[in-house]
Amino acid sequence: MNMTGELWQMVVVLFSAVFTGNILLTTFLGMCPFLAVSREVRAAVGLGFAVVFVLTFTSLLNWVVYRYVLVPLELEFFRFIMFIIVIATFVQFVEMVLERFSPVLYQNLGIFLPLITVNCAILGASLFMVIREYTFTVTVGYGFGSGVGWMLAITAMAGIRQKMNVARIPQGLQGPGITLIIAGLMALAFIGFTGVLQGR
Amino acid sequence: MIAITLSVLIVSAIGAGLALLLVFAERYILDYGECEITINEDKQIRLQGGSSLLEALTREKIFIPSACGGRGSCGYCKVTALEGAGPLLPTEEPYLDKAEKEKGVRLSCQIKVRNDIRIRIPEELLSVREFECVCTRIRELTYDIREYRFRLENPDSMKFIPGQYVQVLAPEYEDSPEEVYRAYSISSDPALEGSIELIVRRVPSGICTTYLFDHLKEGDPVRINGPYGHFRLTETQAPMIFVAGGSGMAPIKCILHHMANIRCEREATYYFGVNTLRDLFMVDEMNAFQEQLPRFRFFPVLARPDEGSEWTGETGLVTEAVKRAFPDCSKHEAYLCGSPGMIDATVKVLNEGGMPVENIFYDKFS
Repeated sequence: MNMTGELWQMVVVLFSAVFTGNILLTTFLGMCPFLAVSREVRAAVGLGFAVVFVLTFTSLLNWVVYRYVLVPLELEFFRFIMFIIVIATFVQFVEMVLERFSPVLYQNLGIFLPLITVNCAILGASLFMVIREYTFTVTVGYGFGSGVGWMLAITAMAGIRQKMNVARIPQGLQGPGITLIIAGLMALAFIGFTGVLQGR
Repeated sequence: MIAITLSVLIVSAIGAGLALLLVFAERYILDYGECEITINEDKQIRLQGGSSLLEALTREKIFIPSACGGRGSCGYCKVTALEGAGPLLPTEEPYLDKAEKEKGVRLSCQIKVRNDIRIRIPEELLSVREFECVCTRIRELTYDIREYRFRLENPDSMKFIPGQYVQVLAPEYEDSPEEVYRAYSISSDPALEGSIELIVRRVPSGICTTYLFDHLKEGDPVRINGPYGHFRLTETQAPMIFVAGGSGMAPIKCILHHMANIRCEREATYYFGVNTLRDLFMVDEMNAFQEQLPRFRFFPVLARPDEGSEWTGETGLVTEAVKRAFPDCSKHEAYLCGSPGMIDATVKVLNEGGMPVENIFYDKFS
């Protein structure tokens, strides 16, 4: 595939990862922080940015690890363990660097980093990228797009939940109940994007 | 077989390599060099950066009160940071009110020493010391309350304000893998500077009370630090109501010793609430105070007097007894000590009787 074709595919994959194939709303990965940290928009955006950052870089790192370490050694079946180790190391490392060199960023982003190590959307993206045999360039778009999609979903959810504070919700549905129903409705809405883009 | 071993080895090696990377990163990235802490514009401490402010101060034998051991869950270790503490953390926010935030009050266990810091702490905390003591007497007061006397060895005396408390160190023992500090009010006469007494109620599976009740013997060494706390008599002449329950007796007893020492003539009424007759203790001591202090009266209140007992004193909840005796207490001051439930209920009753909140002083045991 020539360079322009690959770039075009990257853009398509990026947009489909944000909308039609939103990792949170179509595969329901990364639900725990989605439910736990979506009480207010500020925290949700903070976590969202942290996820975008970590997702982009870990899927790239994992692509390199898979292509140049696991495949040559014929250890593809170890990718689950390997990917988790890489993600955990990366998150720890970033946390340390932020704490040392950018206290402001650490205040806003750093406190969410430990939450992200166990966010299954991160591992999910790395595994999808292997299954779908993305190239390095396309993985850039896929990782970044998945992160943005996740952030979009949690920010929208946080906005809705802030409004819900003043809404009258039937007692039996309060808390997680209504939140899950809203997540379902949001997923339905995102399915509306299907067909807009011809990508995977 | 070889393939399996080899692949396991490779994966382990990669994991170990990444772990090593993190170890080195921690060593070299999180190296903050030497920092300086300036306390009250006066005392300087130089130390290697990277630890929490609370840890750094404790190493220098400056004891900021802390009940949770630096986990950020008790909110006691407040200091005022003038410079260099960085922005307010979300972990501190729940423990600080608006006035404190404006003044720059912070939780010292959450601040990391990354650069030079200037802080202000109450002058009296600088007089907080660590004491090596020997437990010289253990006295059973009731089935679950004991009095402990500690002789101070090094340093050999402690000056404290009646109503203050000390922290006792429970060392590691079988079921408790780490050292913890727990706070207990001093109950003894402040004039006796060479030893202190504490009144302790057993908390089922409590770390420190299990140590004190099941492990500590007379003659054993004990470590404490203190004194701490703002619970103390005011300097007015307003009549006073003392209300205590169980081991809440301790600071009130200490205050009464002090009043007897200075021949205090303030009017004082003490309601001591317990469940049943077998929970009642130190009645003789309190009667002795009634003889020494002309305007002091002591009323034990039994919540549930045993059937057929000859109890002629007050019965019911301690709050009801206070309400009966002081329908109007707007001119009084109140000193409360006991469980949070008892204190909250008493504060409510006193408010209804017209006592302003600023005249109610309490020490919650939780």
